[in-house]
Amino acid sequence: MLKRVHFPTSPLPYFLVAPQVIITLIFFIWPATQAVYQSFLIEDAFGMSTEFVWFENFVYLATDEIYLDSFGRTILFSICVAFLSMFLALILAGFADRVIKGTTTYRTLLIWPYAVAPVLAGALWVFMFNPTLGIFPYLLEFVGVDWNHYLNGSQAMSLVIIAAAWKQIAYNFLFYLAAMQSIPRSLIDAAAIDGAGPIRRFFDHIFPMISPTTFFLLVINAVYAFFDTFGIIHAITQGGPANATSILVYKVYNDGFVGLDLGGSAAQSVILMFLVVAMTIVQFRYIERRVEY
Amino acid sequence: MATIKLEDLVKTYGDVEVLHNLNGNIQDGEFVVVVGPSGCGKSTLLRMIAGLEKITSGKISIGDKTVNDLEPADRDIAMVFQNYALYPHMSVRQNMGYGLKIRKIEKQEIERRVLEAAEILGISEYLDRKPRQLSGGQRQRVAMGRAIVRDPQVFLFDEPLSNLDAKLRVQMRLEIRKLQKRLNVTSIYVTHDQVEAMTLGDRLMVLNDGVVEQFGTPIELYDHPETIFVAGFIGSPSMNFIPADCSEKSISLCNGKKINKSLKHKGKVSIGIRPEHLEEDKKGNIRIVIQMVEQLGSNSLLHGTLEDTDIEIVASLSGHVTAEAGSIVSFSAKETNIHVFNPDTEKRLG
Repeated sequence: MLKRVHFPTSPLPYFLVAPQVIITLIFFIWPATQAVYQSFLIEDAFGMSTEFVWFENFVYLATDEIYLDSFGRTILFSICVAFLSMFLALILAGFADRVIKGTTTYRTLLIWPYAVAPVLAGALWVFMFNPTLGIFPYLLEFVGVDWNHYLNGSQAMSLVIIAAAWKQIAYNFLFYLAAMQSIPRSLIDAAAIDGAGPIRRFFDHIFPMISPTTFFLLVINAVYAFFDTFGIIHAITQGGPANATSILVYKVYNDGFVGLDLGGSAAQSVILMFLVVAMTIVQFRYIERRVEY
Repeated sequence: MATIKLEDLVKTYGDVEVLHNLNGNIQDGEFVVVVGPSGCGKSTLLRMIAGLEKITSGKISIGDKTVNDLEPADRDIAMVFQNYALYPHMSVRQNMGYGLKIRKIEKQEIERRVLEAAEILGISEYLDRKPRQLSGGQRQRVAMGRAIVRDPQVFLFDEPLSNLDAKLRVQMRLEIRKLQKRLNVTSIYVTHDQVEAMTLGDRLMVLNDGVVEQFGTPIELYDHPETIFVAGFIGSPSMNFIPADCSEKSISLCNGKKINKSLKHKGKVSIGIRPEHLEEDKKGNIRIVIQMVEQLGSNSLLHGTLEDTDIEIVASLSGHVTAEAGSIVSFSAKETNIHVFNPDTEKRLG
């Protein structure tokens, strides 16, 4: 028989969780229901009249080429950001795991970018890649690349991908390093005695053993690229040129607050909401799997 | 198969020297057990031989080759780890064949050798399982299998049995011994368990604080311990030590009683007698005030103190022996079973 601890009923626990519940209700649940409600409305630009239209906003989105383009672009953007940042983080963690002297210095430096606010990170990259003032366009000119992300859509896309990936490397690095350090030393020793060199050890043992972390980071990075990159894009390209970097979150903002199509914008954010719910379910469903050493 | 030579081996971590000028020769096909308490440097020594730790100074040779600068992979050794260190994402078959696969040996040959090793170890049925689906003893066998398929010159064992339960440990101990004799591969086995050491080793290297206290056969270590440490470490329950005075003719214990042992030495000594060498003798001069008796079935352990002192003494007598607490029992010991040590240098005198 399991013994349960019984506490006398008291209102204290409810008081203690109340602030969090209130914050959640006011800033998450209430706006979310408002968004759902608004996605069923069409409003004129001056806010004088509204009409309840059921799913018309969604039907419109499903056939809107600009929206579908943005969807495709967002997926491309997420894949590139996730792949680039995880790949670089993995390499860095692989090296940091082998470093013996000055470990803390390396780690601290590698974690710094994570503390930079997205807009500041964006500003940083804007300066470095400014077509007239930046150092990189100047250097790229030597290899014959004419850099101008204000005019060239694919260059603009590359730039936001690099900036977004750069900011996420630190986060991925931390998780990868922790995962690598939880692999028992003797396993790596055994592989060394079996004749595997450092590179072989990485691909045969370390990488398969940290696969749960890779999966976890994949979901986290996808969510990051989908939802948390607004600041970077706003600072670097404002979605331009010609919508080339207008990913879904940016389009929600642009259509709603610039274009004043509140119903359409609300419908887009409802779709995004379902996406993030789906990703979270995937994460919770599979993340509990662990490798036993 | 190969000899192993350790010459003036030193290992330091920062300013701390953990191994001091270690020497030793291990014969071809010999099973050497390195035994000592925790922190004596025995695992470090093994890892240095394996190539997993850098050698600060000195030389290690395997066969005729100096291996100081060779990678672990190039030393032609196999190692069995305490936690087995099986690759969790690979099946038993892949685990065992991994070293061969890296050495680019043909698939059929790998398969043949894995099957052969699995046959020897009785794990043929588990070849397609993952390590997590195996019990502790089975994992242990797989770890050994991984070592023997490689057919290396040297086996290194790093406390391979300490994660098993007592019964399985005894069984695996025997199996390791049989396997080593059958394959006749030079082996070094590290343990802190002196029973394991005594039963397994052709020779034992007793290590204490990074120094070899004694290197010899189990019987040599038992009959002629060279230092107080070895005397106390080998044998269970451990040896009784009594301070004594030695004159040219006789030795008198610290409570004034004389014992018969002749030794050309003068001055303070420490005498050691194993509990099982104390014999009940009405006329004996080793008189013990009994505190309690432990019945182990086949023998009885009498715990007490030497009369007029508070030196604790244990005597092991065969059969069921009873004694009242507080009563005095007299013992004697054969001259050959009385060991005499210098209490300052801790070295054997006779």
